[in-house]
Amino acid sequence: MKLVVVSAGLSVPSSTRLLGDRLAAATVRHAADPVDVEVVELRELAVEIAHNFTNGFPGRKLAAALDAVTSADGLIVVTPVFAASYSGLFKSFFDVIEKDALAGLPVLIAATGGTARHSLVLEHALRPLFAHLRAVVVPTGVYAASEDWGAPGLDGRIERAAGELAGLMAGLPGRERAEPEVVPFAAQLAALSSPSGV
Amino acid sequence: MQFGIFSVGDVTPDPTTGRTPTERERIKAMVAIALKAEEVGLDVFATGEHHNPPFVPSSPTTMLGYIAARTEKLILSTSTTLITTNDPVKIAEDFAMLQHLADGRVDLMMGRGNTGPVYPWFGQDIRQGINLAVENYALLHRLWREDVVNWEGKFRTPLQGFTSTPRPLDGVPPFVWHGSIRSPEIAEQAAYYGDGFFHNNIFWPADHTKRMVELYRARYAHYGHGTPEQAIVGLGGQVFMRKNSQDAVREFRPYFDVAPVYGHGPSLEEFTEQTPLTVGSPQQVVEKTLAFREYAGDYQRQLFLMDHAGLPLKTVLEQLDLLGEEVVPVLRKEFAARRPAGVPEAPTHRSLLADAQKEVVA
Repeated sequence: MKLVVVSAGLSVPSSTRLLGDRLAAATVRHAADPVDVEVVELRELAVEIAHNFTNGFPGRKLAAALDAVTSADGLIVVTPVFAASYSGLFKSFFDVIEKDALAGLPVLIAATGGTARHSLVLEHALRPLFAHLRAVVVPTGVYAASEDWGAPGLDGRIERAAGELAGLMAGLPGRERAEPEVVPFAAQLAALSSPSGV
Repeated sequence: MQFGIFSVGDVTPDPTTGRTPTERERIKAMVAIALKAEEVGLDVFATGEHHNPPFVPSSPTTMLGYIAARTEKLILSTSTTLITTNDPVKIAEDFAMLQHLADGRVDLMMGRGNTGPVYPWFGQDIRQGINLAVENYALLHRLWREDVVNWEGKFRTPLQGFTSTPRPLDGVPPFVWHGSIRSPEIAEQAAYYGDGFFHNNIFWPADHTKRMVELYRARYAHYGHGTPEQAIVGLGGQVFMRKNSQDAVREFRPYFDVAPVYGHGPSLEEFTEQTPLTVGSPQQVVEKTLAFREYAGDYQRQLFLMDHAGLPLKTVLEQLDLLGEEVVPVLRKEFAARRPAGVPEAPTHRSLLADAQKEVVA
C-alpha cells in the first residue's frame, strides 16, 4: 500500500514535516500490510503551483506530486497555521488537484502552530476542505503546538490517529480511479431528445 | 496536408511601445494578415469568434466574406464558431451564404467558447455547454442535409416546415471540424459524424493533445468511417521566428513575458520546452512541427497562431514571409514523405462534391 505525506512546512528542519513523519511512521506500524511512504514537500513545489494557476497545467515536479497523491491509498496532510487557517500554499496545492481526485481516499489531517489556541483549525478549516473533496477524514486530527513537543499527550494522539488511518486504508473498498469515460454519442443525444420524436 | 494560420483577434497593447491598436486597425490588420497568407502560399485562414473586449471578431462571416472577395485560393475557416451560444439556424444560413460567395472555399470549426458570461449574454447556461454543442450541431447537421426540417429540442424554439436558405452550394454542406482542448465528449461527437477534430495544441503539454486525438481516432473507427489513421485531425501551433534563433528569442521575450494566457508564469525557455510553442529559427520550427505527428499521427491540417500578444502588423507579416518561404515548403515535402498511403487529405468542397457525385453514379 502507498501512503503519501503532504507537508506544507516552510522551514528546514520543520516541525510540520516532523509531525508528518511521526504520523507516517506510526501508520506504518499499525498497518497489517507493508506500506511505502512518500513525502511531498510543498515548499519545493511553490513556484510550479503558482505557475499552474497562471498556465492551467502542472510542471513536471508538480505533476509527479499530484500523481503520487491521487494514486495513494492513504494521505497524511500537515500544515502550519497561518492567519488562523491552513497556509495559502497548502490550500493552493489542493486547489490545483482535479475535482474528485481524492474522492474516497482516507486522509489524516494535522496542523502545527505556535500556540494551542488555534487547535480547532483542524475542525473549522481542514475537515471541511477534505469533506468538500469527498475524502474520508479520520476522526482524530492531530494538532501540535510548540509546547506539545515537550509535554506528554502528543504520542497518544499520534497513535490513535495513525491507527484510525491504517484501519481505513485496509478496510475501505478500492477507490474508483477517475479515468475519463466516453459516453457514446447516441446516449448523449438521446438524453436531449424531445418527446415528440421528430 | 493543409497549412494555415488562425487568429484570436485580440486587441493587445504592444508591450515594447505601450501602444494599443484601435479596433479598426486590428480588424484591418486581420484582413491584411489573411491576404498575406494567400500571397505566401498558405492554404487556410481561420478567425476566432468572441463577444467581449479585448477581442474584435464578433462577426466572422462578415470578415470572411470580405476576405473571400479579395482572395482566390485561400480556404476560409473559423477557430472557432460558437455552437453553444449562436442559433444553429443562423450558423446554417450564414455559412451557406458565405460558401456560395466564396465558391466553395469555406469550412468551419465548432467550439464551445471559454468566456463564462457569454452564455447568459446570449440567453444560455454554461452548465449546459456540452449539451448545447450536441443538440445545436445535430440541428445544424440536418439543416444542411434536409430541405425541409421539422424539429423540436430542449434549447431552441421548435421548427415546423423550415427550410434554411440558401441551400448549401452544390448540395454539399461545408466540412466541419470540432475543436476541443479537453472534453472527450467533443472528440466523441466529431468521431460520430465522421467530421474533423482539431486540437489547438498550444499553451498545454503535448500529452493532453495526444490523449484527445487518440480518443477521436479510436471512436472514428468505431463508428465505421475508416481506420483510426484515416480520421481527419487538425492541430494548432505557435511560433516566432528569425533567421538566427537568438534574435527570435530576444525579440519575442518582451511579448511573451506579459502575453495574455501565458505571461507572468514560467519563463520562455520553460514554456517552449514543455509545450509546442517554438521560438527560434525556421529550421527549429520545422523540426518541432514535424514531431507533432509522433504523438498525433499523420494529420491533415496545421494552423499556426502568429498574430497575438501585441505583435505589430509589420512583424506578423515578416513572420508570414518566413512561414511561407522557409517553413511550409519544407513541411509539405517532409510530411508527404512520411505519410503512409491511405491517409486522406482534409476534405474540401471540391473533394466532397466529387464524393457525392460518385455516390450518385454508384
